[in-house]
Amino acid sequence: MIDFLLNTDTGRVILTVIEALALIVPLLIGVAYLTYAERKVLAAMQLRKGPNVVGPFGLFQPFADALKMMTKETVLPSGANRVLFILAPMITFTLAVLAWAVIPVSDGWAIADINVGILYLFAISSLGVYGIIIAGWASNSKYAFLGAMRSAAQMVSYEVSMGFVLVTVMLCTGSLNLTEIVRAQTHMWYCIPLFPMFIVFFISTLAETNRSPFDIPEGESEIVAGFFVEYSSMSFALFFLGEYANMILMSALTTILFLGGWLAPFNLEPFTWIPGVFWFVGKVCLCLFVFLWVRATFPRYRYDQLMRLGWKVFLPLSLLWLVITAGALIAFGWLPNA
Amino acid sequence: MAFLDRTARSLMLSELVSGLGLTLSYFFRPKVTINYPYEKGPISPRFKGEHALRRYPNGEERCIACKLCEAICPAQAITIEAEPRDDGSRRTTRYDIDMTKCIYCGLCEEACPVDAIVEGPNFEFATETREELFYNKEKLLANGDRWEPELARRLELDAPYR
Repeated sequence: MIDFLLNTDTGRVILTVIEALALIVPLLIGVAYLTYAERKVLAAMQLRKGPNVVGPFGLFQPFADALKMMTKETVLPSGANRVLFILAPMITFTLAVLAWAVIPVSDGWAIADINVGILYLFAISSLGVYGIIIAGWASNSKYAFLGAMRSAAQMVSYEVSMGFVLVTVMLCTGSLNLTEIVRAQTHMWYCIPLFPMFIVFFISTLAETNRSPFDIPEGESEIVAGFFVEYSSMSFALFFLGEYANMILMSALTTILFLGGWLAPFNLEPFTWIPGVFWFVGKVCLCLFVFLWVRATFPRYRYDQLMRLGWKVFLPLSLLWLVITAGALIAFGWLPNA
Repeated sequence: MAFLDRTARSLMLSELVSGLGLTLSYFFRPKVTINYPYEKGPISPRFKGEHALRRYPNGEERCIACKLCEAICPAQAITIEAEPRDDGSRRTTRYDIDMTKCIYCGLCEEACPVDAIVEGPNFEFATETREELFYNKEKLLANGDRWEPELARRLELDAPYR
């Protein structure tokens, strides 16, 4: 059986499907419980308890939410382009899950350990903008369109500075392969020498996923729900899931690039007994907690302030640090693969 | 100097970090949510809830059909019809309060010269049909009988301020 799975073509296809399921099912459960965690954490920071009625400590709340979304009526606005309207949330959700193919959850555990992992991730996040533009356009509503335009511009702007941060990390590693990047951090995680880049990257991921304080495009009080105002029931649920899956993806990317992926903090015995998966999940959870923490703390950026931040602050800063890093690497002869 | 100070603050994100610290400190504080309906918040003796018609200690109903409450009600929720009773005293034959019109202002309680109509502490009287909320005299008197000890206590507590 193992022979069949590993050596024949059909066997390898089946193995890949099993691996994908083993990644996607926990991911979806994680997305569902992230919504629960968000409500609980936000509530705790606002001195109230979150959902605590549905199950013990409210743990079945995500299932109640899912049931609610499935049983609601799916409204199709009359002037809306039917095909694109239904397609947009599918695109968003598919891309959010698709990017997980290259993420190494532990040593050698990436489903597709390609040598251009970072390029693939960057391409997927750029494609994500399509889902939003199509949603805003197909809704045939001024607010949706405006929200979509703002969101698309915001995502693209912050992708630029994200790109430069990625280049900085790649310079230090010498490879675009995500597993290699984590392995290169065995001595020191990149968040220590590249600390400003870590901060810039983290804030850029907040803007990339349309999360507070950069959530003008989907701000609940300003523009109702921005580009997904016309969506209800399953389409809304898909957008929602796509956004949270994107959040988890960005947290995973942050941990891989800066926090050492599946590596234990110190290479000492008690820490190395815990398998890499648990360290990875723990670090992703920490990143997600900071996402929620930031949401509970800061007011929303106005759109022009947001754009100014992306182009006039982060871009020069990341460029500057890139030049400094490159200079230091060459001056001290620390270039990898030298 | 001030320029360096501002630059350092903005690069070190000092205000952002102190804000995050404040929120984190709130994360660990005791929460203020009460577990309704198993726990309830405190209610003042002046709380204006469900109405009731009171009686004297000997069992005689207090209301003498003076219609002051009907006159003062801002929402005209009270309807009264009066006739002499068999023993000659002045009593109502009809005393309806439309609880869906009532604005729970308490003016009827203030106007009543004999403390007949009062607003009790009860606010949990939701019904499944509108008709059940059109209270008539029997319902109000029954309320009064049920809540009398509580109503008497509230009147006693509030009397120094009236």
